[in-house]
Amino acid sequence: MLRVCALYPDLMNIYADRGNLLVLERRCLWRGIGFELSASGLGEPLDAERHDLYYLGGGQDRDQRLCAADLVERKREALHTAAARGAVVLGVCGGYQLLGHSYTLGEEQIAGVGLLDVRTVRSEGPRLIGNVAIEASLPDGAGPAAQRGTAAARDHVLAGFENHGGRTQLGAEALALGRVLKGHGNDGRSGLEGARRGSIVGTYLHGPLLPKNAWFADWLIARALAIDPGELAPLDDRLERAAHLGARRAAGV
Amino acid sequence: MASALEPKLALARAVGALSRLRGGGATSAPGKLLVALDRDAIATLGARLGRGSALVSATNGKTTTTALAARIFEHAGIRLVHNRAGANMAGGIAAALLAAARPHKQIAGELGLFEVDELWLDSIASQLGPRAVLLGNLFRDQLDRYGELEAIAARWAEGLRAERLVLNADDPLVADLGRGRDRTLYFGLEDESLALPGLAHAADAKHCRRCGAPYFFERVYLGHLGHYRCPSCGQQRPEPIVTATDVTLQGVRSASFTLRTPAGSGRVALGLPGLYNVYNALAAAALASALEVELNSILAGLDGATAAFGRAEAVTLSLASAAAGAGPLTRELRILLVKNPAGANEVLRTLALEPGQHDLLGVLNDNIADGRDVSWIWDADFELLAPRVRQMSCSGTRAAELALRMKYAGVAEQRIRVEPDLSRALAAAAADTADGAPLYALPTYTAMLALRELLVARGEANSAWG
Repeated sequence: MLRVCALYPDLMNIYADRGNLLVLERRCLWRGIGFELSASGLGEPLDAERHDLYYLGGGQDRDQRLCAADLVERKREALHTAAARGAVVLGVCGGYQLLGHSYTLGEEQIAGVGLLDVRTVRSEGPRLIGNVAIEASLPDGAGPAAQRGTAAARDHVLAGFENHGGRTQLGAEALALGRVLKGHGNDGRSGLEGARRGSIVGTYLHGPLLPKNAWFADWLIARALAIDPGELAPLDDRLERAAHLGARRAAGV
Repeated sequence: MASALEPKLALARAVGALSRLRGGGATSAPGKLLVALDRDAIATLGARLGRGSALVSATNGKTTTTALAARIFEHAGIRLVHNRAGANMAGGIAAALLAAARPHKQIAGELGLFEVDELWLDSIASQLGPRAVLLGNLFRDQLDRYGELEAIAARWAEGLRAERLVLNADDPLVADLGRGRDRTLYFGLEDESLALPGLAHAADAKHCRRCGAPYFFERVYLGHLGHYRCPSCGQQRPEPIVTATDVTLQGVRSASFTLRTPAGSGRVALGLPGLYNVYNALAAAALASALEVELNSILAGLDGATAAFGRAEAVTLSLASAAAGAGPLTRELRILLVKNPAGANEVLRTLALEPGQHDLLGVLNDNIADGRDVSWIWDADFELLAPRVRQMSCSGTRAAELALRMKYAGVAEQRIRVEPDLSRALAAAAADTADGAPLYALPTYTAMLALRELLVARGEANSAWG
């Protein structure tokens, strides 16, 4: 049974984040793994023990401010407790920014929950928008290549779309989620994208990250269930692979 | 120097003629050149219009609403300058004005009626100083290009030059723009029977524009459109004076409603389907009402109105004759443009009103005019239609991603075909369409253009460019 909790699903959902939750659900159910989806919204408590995977998507600036205050005030402690016991925490786009220490917009600084050692600053420069592909660096046992025993780096590719005004810098304790192959990534300069610490993952590859990268959905499912991805029953992924390749082509990789 | 405009008009016209000779369909090319030659061209030409201008913007329904308004104004005997082909940025509007410009600072038309892209609206309004600006709705759409909804609303709120705003009272983001402005005309729906059980997943604007508290929705009609109020600060839906009541939806074919205005009321039977087209017709009626068009002309203009270019348009397809033998085999193709979650949801809802299993051709492109980001398909409720799909061919530059969306919506994989080539996808989808059943095409914007081009080449549709 995979127990997922979506944080602020009615506000932090601007880039079709629902697609990620749907992919987790179907890929569990198709394998006979139970699936439970809960939500925790503004003003609601968050259970630190009950869920295997916590999901935080992207929102509009205004909604994101509302959520940030609530997140720090009411849910910070529970998220830290959950992460410490090994639950997966996935932050996408705005959700990634809020997993860090802070998000600075001019004079204003919005505090994040500090699960990832990153800081984000809204730049005067243009928004970083476009198709993006990265080569993810994940622990052993991840990615279809590793499952076949051929750890070819190209098979760790995550493809998606990014659209963010913030530039994110990694602190000393943060690892990037991956290396940018095409696109902007964290800040458009460092060649790095996203951040990861154990099972806490943040990325700018927004909205339907998992539909475009079914292998990564499986990595997250396995991680949340504390099993090896190789233990998950294989699925007929012809359409998933075609969609992944389509997204890579769009990024030029 | 005002007189200097004339030679620039001539040059832009000549370039336009050349581009048409080369077979270019770009309706805005001469307009773009004109604006480059003279950045005041739109203002200068617009000032020649005796009745001024009216602008129409919205995320969804711009082209249809403007086409409906044009029918009304034409019934009222008002000669229009209108960017009919839907080129709705500065170049397209300049091109429409250029085509109407005549020697001696004359112009062939009394009223400028322009559909305007959301991002261009403030700039076009400041150039034209329109008599009225009609704003229909703001939904999430092409976030890669438009930025976020709130940012657009904020930009409009900062100062939209218009003598009068005509606003949809049911859209909190749009209605709030009337705050502190005189003479705003609100329109809205008054029909309890149409209320949905709750906000759609992709609903936007769930929080009060003034104080940030969540709105309480008494009714939701479509997306985030409905009857709402803020329990915290008391802000609420303004009372509309132009309304639609007693709405009847007849599947993918037609819809009717009673139009109520301060000047009286009357029944409207549209040749257009779905609640979204009722909103479009209501918006057009409100605009005409704001410009003092008589009720009779409004009713006559809307009555029997049919599809704008590529919107719910019907085309007869010929099947390849191999299977024939006994005369020509045909299928009806109905084109329903889908380009963002709110628009797609209304199309899906309308399709779900049609009985039986459906044959579908989905075409997902990611060209600039579609939005490069195809994430939105995961926000659209394809689940509504999933149990009713007999077969769906997925085509376009991102065909596989649309196919995957259908799979996760619950359509069995054997009912899904992936064929990026549009011509082959159309042929295969038509061949598999059940006898007597229509084939529904759901294309994004550039896919709709490509599909029409293909149909014109096959001799099954007329060219839009006249």
